[in-house]
Amino acid sequence: MDSKRKMDSPESNVLTRSSPFPDEVLERVLGLVKSHKDRSSVSLVCKDWYNAERWSRTHVFIGNCYSVSPEIVARRFPNIRSVTLKGKPRFSDFNLVPLNWGADIHAWLVVFASKYPLLEELRLKRMTVTDESLEFLATTFTNFKALSLLSCDGFSTDGLAAIATHCKNMTELDIQENGIDDLGGGWLSCFPENFTSLEVLNFANLSSDVSFDALEKLVSRCRSLKFLKVNKNITLEQLQRLLECAPQLTELGTGSFHQELTTRQYAELESAFNNCKNLNTLSGLWEATPLYLPVLYPACTNLTFLNLSDAALQSGELAKLLAYCPNLQRLWVLDTVEDKGLEAVGSSCPLLEELRVFPADPYEQDVVHGVTEMGFVAVSYGCPRLHYVLYFCRQMTNAAVATIVKNCPDFTHFRLCVMNPGEPDYLTNEPMDEAFGAVVKNCTKLQRLAVSGLLTDLTFEYIGKYAKNLETLSVAFAGSSDWGMQCVLSGCSKLRKLEIRDCPFGNEALLSGLEKYESMRSLWMSACNVTMNACRRLAKQMPRLNVEVMKDEESDDSQADKVYVYRSVAGPRRDAPPFVLTL
Amino acid sequence: MEGAVAYESDLNLKATELRLGLPGSDEAEKEALSGVRNNKRASPDTSDECGSKGSSNGDRENAPATKAQVVGWPPIRSFRKNSFQPKKTEAEAAGMFVKVSMDGAPYLRKIDLKVYKGYPELLQALQHMFKFTIGDYSEREGYKGSEYVPTYEDKDGDWMLVGDVPWDMFMSSCKRLRIMKGSDARGLGCGA
Repeated sequence: MDSKRKMDSPESNVLTRSSPFPDEVLERVLGLVKSHKDRSSVSLVCKDWYNAERWSRTHVFIGNCYSVSPEIVARRFPNIRSVTLKGKPRFSDFNLVPLNWGADIHAWLVVFASKYPLLEELRLKRMTVTDESLEFLATTFTNFKALSLLSCDGFSTDGLAAIATHCKNMTELDIQENGIDDLGGGWLSCFPENFTSLEVLNFANLSSDVSFDALEKLVSRCRSLKFLKVNKNITLEQLQRLLECAPQLTELGTGSFHQELTTRQYAELESAFNNCKNLNTLSGLWEATPLYLPVLYPACTNLTFLNLSDAALQSGELAKLLAYCPNLQRLWVLDTVEDKGLEAVGSSCPLLEELRVFPADPYEQDVVHGVTEMGFVAVSYGCPRLHYVLYFCRQMTNAAVATIVKNCPDFTHFRLCVMNPGEPDYLTNEPMDEAFGAVVKNCTKLQRLAVSGLLTDLTFEYIGKYAKNLETLSVAFAGSSDWGMQCVLSGCSKLRKLEIRDCPFGNEALLSGLEKYESMRSLWMSACNVTMNACRRLAKQMPRLNVEVMKDEESDDSQADKVYVYRSVAGPRRDAPPFVLTL
Repeated sequence: MEGAVAYESDLNLKATELRLGLPGSDEAEKEALSGVRNNKRASPDTSDECGSKGSSNGDRENAPATKAQVVGWPPIRSFRKNSFQPKKTEAEAAGMFVKVSMDGAPYLRKIDLKVYKGYPELLQALQHMFKFTIGDYSEREGYKGSEYVPTYEDKDGDWMLVGDVPWDMFMSSCKRLRIMKGSDARGLGCGA
C-alpha cells in the first residue's frame, strides 16, 4: 500500500506540508474512524487529510448506486474491502417501480474485479442481482467473506449454490426478503465438507426445503456460528437438534413453531432453549401457539430484540412471553396482539426503544381487530425510552399522538400509518395536522417521519418550521396545495430523502426545491400534479441532477406520473430501460 | 323532453349494477378515491413481485371490493403479505366444525369439536352419531377389539389415531375425522 501511494502523490517537501504528522501516522489514525459520515467530514479538512482518508478507507457506503460510477469510486478509494450499495427508490418495495428498472450490480462487480480483487464484503439493498453476477462474484473474488442481500431481485437459488460452492472463506450469508426464484434447497448442500468458517446464516425467507442433514452437519462444524435464521420448513424437532449443535448462538430465527411433539420431545426442546443463554435476538416463530411458546422462556433473559412479526400472537400469549423478557429493547409484533397486548408491552418492557406493529390483515376493510390509538398510548406510558416506532392502525386521534410524544420526546423515527387514506381524527373528525405538529414540536431529534391520515398544508407548515433535524420524510394521500411541499423544502435544512405519492403537489412545489435537491440524496413524486414540462425545466436548470420520469400507460402525454430526481456525479445513467425517460 | 331523459348519458345503470358493496356505500368509495389518482396502474410487476414465494398471487385481489384497491397501499413489503396467514383463533371462531366420514356410510357428517371437553365425550358422540361401538383406548394397542377405529387427518396431511396426543393438541391439529372400518383399521395399532 505504501509504495503505491508514493507513486501517486508527489514526494512532499517536509517544509511545505500542512500536517504535522507523517502520512503513515495520519492514515493510521484516520483508519480508526469508522462512520462514513465522519469520514466525509475528515476528507474535507485539507488535501493531506483527503488523501490520508481515501487511502485508509476500507469500507464504502453508497446510498444511491446511480449517484456515482464504480470507476469514480475506485479511483478515489484504492483499498476498499467492503462495499454497501443501495439501488432502487424505496417505493419499489411497494410495487411502484416496474421490474427491470435498473440498479444492476454487475457493472460494479466488473470494476471491482479489477480494482478490488481482495474484496471481502458486499451488502446490497434494492439492487438487481442475477445468478450470473453471483457466480462471477463467487469465482472472481477469492477472499470473499460476507454477502448480504436485502430486498434484492433477479437471482435464484442457483446463484446461492454458486456462492456456497466457491467461497471458501465465507463468514456471512444473509439472504433477506428478496424477490428470489426459489428453485429448491440444494444450494445449502453445496458448502464443502471442509468448510467451517460460517458465522452468519440467514435463509428465513426462502420457501423450499434444504437438506436437514446438510444443515445439521454445517451447523455442527461451523463452531463460530453466531447468527442462524432458518426457514419455515424447519420443524421444532429439527430446531432442537440444531440448538444442541449450536448453543453459542446469539441470534436465532426459528422455523415453524408448531408441531406435534411427544412429552419427551417437548422436554428436550425446552432443555435446548435452556442452554441458549447467549441469545439476544429471536425471530421466526411461524404459527407459534400457546402450547409451545413456553419452551422459549428460559432463553429470553438476555433478549434485546424479539421479532414476532411472523407469529400471530394474541394478547395473552404475548403478555406471558414478555414477562420473561425484561431486557427487551426492540419488539416487532403483528396487530393480532391488539391494544391489550400493547398494554402488556407497556408494563413489561421498560427498556423498550423500538416498536413495530404490522397489520395481519392489511387489505381487510371490515376488520374490527388490530390496534388503535389506545395501544400506542399505553406503550408510551410504560416505555419512556421509545425512540423508533412503526405503527399500522385503522384509527388515530390528535390527542393520542400529543400524549404519546409528551411521554416519549426522544423519537428519532416516527412512522405512523393510518391505513385508510385520508382518515381524519376519528373522534373529532378533524384533520390529523395537530398530531404531526405535536410530533415535530416535541421531538427535536426527529430524523425520520412518515405521515398519514387526513392532512392539510398545516402539517407541512409545522414540519418545515420545527423538524430541523429531519432527514427522511414519507408522504401519501396528504396535503392541500403546493404550499405544503414548499414549506418542507424550504424549512427542513437537513432533508435528504423525500418520497411523496398521491398528493396534490404540482410544478410550483417541484420547482421551488431547485437548489435543495443537490443537497439531498433523492426525491420521489408519484401520482402528484407534476407535468413533463416542469420536469424538463428542472433538468435543464440543474445539470447535476438526474431527472427521471416513468409514465403510466393510460395517462396523457403532459403528465409526469412518476418522477425520481437525484444528484449524481456520474451523469445520466446509461442503462435506463425504455420506460424510464431521462430528461 | 322525453328523449333527453331516456337517452341521456346517465341511464342510472348504477342502480342495476351488480356489485359487492353494501347499498349506499358508493359515497364512501368516492371519498376514498378523492386523494387517489390513477389507481388502476398498468404496472407489469404486479404479477411478479419481490418476495414472491409462489403463493403471493392475488393478494390484493382477495380484498373486498367496497373500496378500490390502491397499488402499494398500505405500504407493506411483499414478503410480509406472502408468508403470513392470519390465524383464526378457535376462541374467536364460531365453532370448530370438522367433517366426519365413516367407511361405508353414504354421506359425511360435521361436528363441532369445541363442544366436547375431551376424548371420552367425543368418542361417545361419534358412536352415537354413527351407531357403532369401539373398545377402550390404550397407548400400546389403540382401540383393541374394535371393528371401528377413529382416526383423524392432521395439519401435515397424515392420518393419525384419535387419542394419542393431548386433547388441546388434537383440537388444534385435527382437520377431519374418519371412522375406519375392518381391515383398513388394522394398521393403526389394533393388534399385531
